[in-house]
Amino acid sequence: MRISLTVNGKQYSHDVEPRLSLAHYLREVLNLTGTHIGCDTSSCGACTITLNGDAVKSCTLLAVQADGCEIVTIEGMANGAELHPIQESFKENHGLQCGFCTPGMVMTASDILKNNPNPTEEEIRHGLEGNFCRCTGYHNIVKSIQQAAEKINQ
Amino acid sequence: MIPAKFDYIKVSSINEAVDLVDKHGFDAKILAGGHSLIPAMKLRLNTPSILIDISGIEGMNEIKESGDEIIVGANCTHKQIMSSDLVKNQLNILAQTAATIGDVQVRNRGTIGGSLAHSDPSADYPATVLACDAKIEVTSKNGSRTIDAEDFFQGIFTTALEDDEIITAVRFPKVKDGNYQKFYQSASRFAVVGVAVVKDGNGVKVGITGVADTPYRAKAVEKAYDGSTDAATHAVDGVDVMSDHFADSEYRAHLAKVMVKKALA
Ligand SMILES: Cc1cc2nc3c(=O)[nH]c(=O)nc-3n(C[C@H](O)[C@H](O)[C@H](O)COP(=O)(O)OP(=O)(O)OC[C@H]3O[C@@H](n4cnc5c(N)ncnc54)[C@H](O)[C@@H]3O)c2cc1C
Ligand code: FES
Ligand code: FES
Repeated sequence: MRISLTVNGKQYSHDVEPRLSLAHYLREVLNLTGTHIGCDTSSCGACTITLNGDAVKSCTLLAVQADGCEIVTIEGMANGAELHPIQESFKENHGLQCGFCTPGMVMTASDILKNNPNPTEEEIRHGLEGNFCRCTGYHNIVKSIQQAAEKINQ
Repeated sequence: MIPAKFDYIKVSSINEAVDLVDKHGFDAKILAGGHSLIPAMKLRLNTPSILIDISGIEGMNEIKESGDEIIVGANCTHKQIMSSDLVKNQLNILAQTAATIGDVQVRNRGTIGGSLAHSDPSADYPATVLACDAKIEVTSKNGSRTIDAEDFFQGIFTTALEDDEIITAVRFPKVKDGNYQKFYQSASRFAVVGVAVVKDGNGVKVGITGVADTPYRAKAVEKAYDGSTDAATHAVDGVDVMSDHFADSEYRAHLAKVMVKKALA
């Protein structure tokens, strides 16, 4: 089936099998391997991207469901060499250890901050319920998102 | 984990959807948010040969006020329901319930219609739909009908929906004094026990999910209610309490009473 969609501002059109997940489409067809697949069962959040602005788990979406949609992946966050404030804050606060969960954390953080520009620590922790960090680096992830909120609101 | 092969059609009207369901019968599955169906298809617990995506049907994702009722389109996402001012002002118990579901990403995709049709025994909405005495609007090629919440849930993953019927909307009465209390499964965030209480004059309506294989109205609690929380001891009267690796039946029965007490307070 033919799908057309926008990923990180670029228009793509491909023939895909309906059973292809969006995560596999991004990784294997578009070679955007920043979107990680951890559990493939909608539990870990590593595959989180935004679809029309909302964070979703791309392992639990079919590529055909994204037809006509606007997608942003971790590769679309930076503006050239200039990191997105959320990425910058992760870098400054040691918000990543092995980095496996980071793309999903950053994309979920963008949804949290879009809906709530001044979240409390508790609201950030609730917002991250769908994202696991196997290195258990939650403390600094939360700190990174707190600082990102400050940067964005400046 | 890759699902078995299937065809995919995105429809733009209810008529188109019911025609296709009628034509393909058991081989077809409705796809809404996909957050119960796609995981099941990846495990090959479900192997439909055609998916009918109803998410683009106009009007099915709206929340409207109509007289004394709030009408929630079946395709409304949990996120949409928890953030709707209309729901928050007139039916806060539903906004409260939606906000407890899964996580940010799940709430951005999952729908109320999908949740009710799927009827997971640990899903949250059933408790609230029961306590509110909501009505479920369904349509098939043969016409439309309304199913009362109490008749809708019939067993584990089993509802009063016929194979060819699609939920189009859920009609709720406005509720001033309602309250949903949930004890979370620590990993999935589903309800180990979920209790919805709607108070109306001197009476109370209590819906319970997660405790039995079918969500139920706790009629014994409603009957014993005297304005205090004492009636909570009747939470599982006459109920066959589930047992699983999250909670055995003795613990779950105890938890049900505690959660009813909290919800009545
Ligand atoms: C990680 C995770 C955590 C979750 N946590 C919770 C939780 O805490 N509480 C909770 O209640 N749920 C939870 N869920 C389930 C979630 O709420 C699902 O979104 C919901 O159960 C199904 O809605 P859907 O729109 O995704 O339906 P789909 O997956 O698209 O469909 C589910 C079933 O319903 C049928 N269907 C869908 N729409 C209709 C319709 N309008 N008419 C007739 N049949 C229809 C489909 O054919 C299918 O059989 C969780 C899911 C995940 C993945
Ligand atoms: S890979 Fe999608 S949630 Fe884990
Ligand atoms: S940094 Fe290693 S999984 Fe989170």
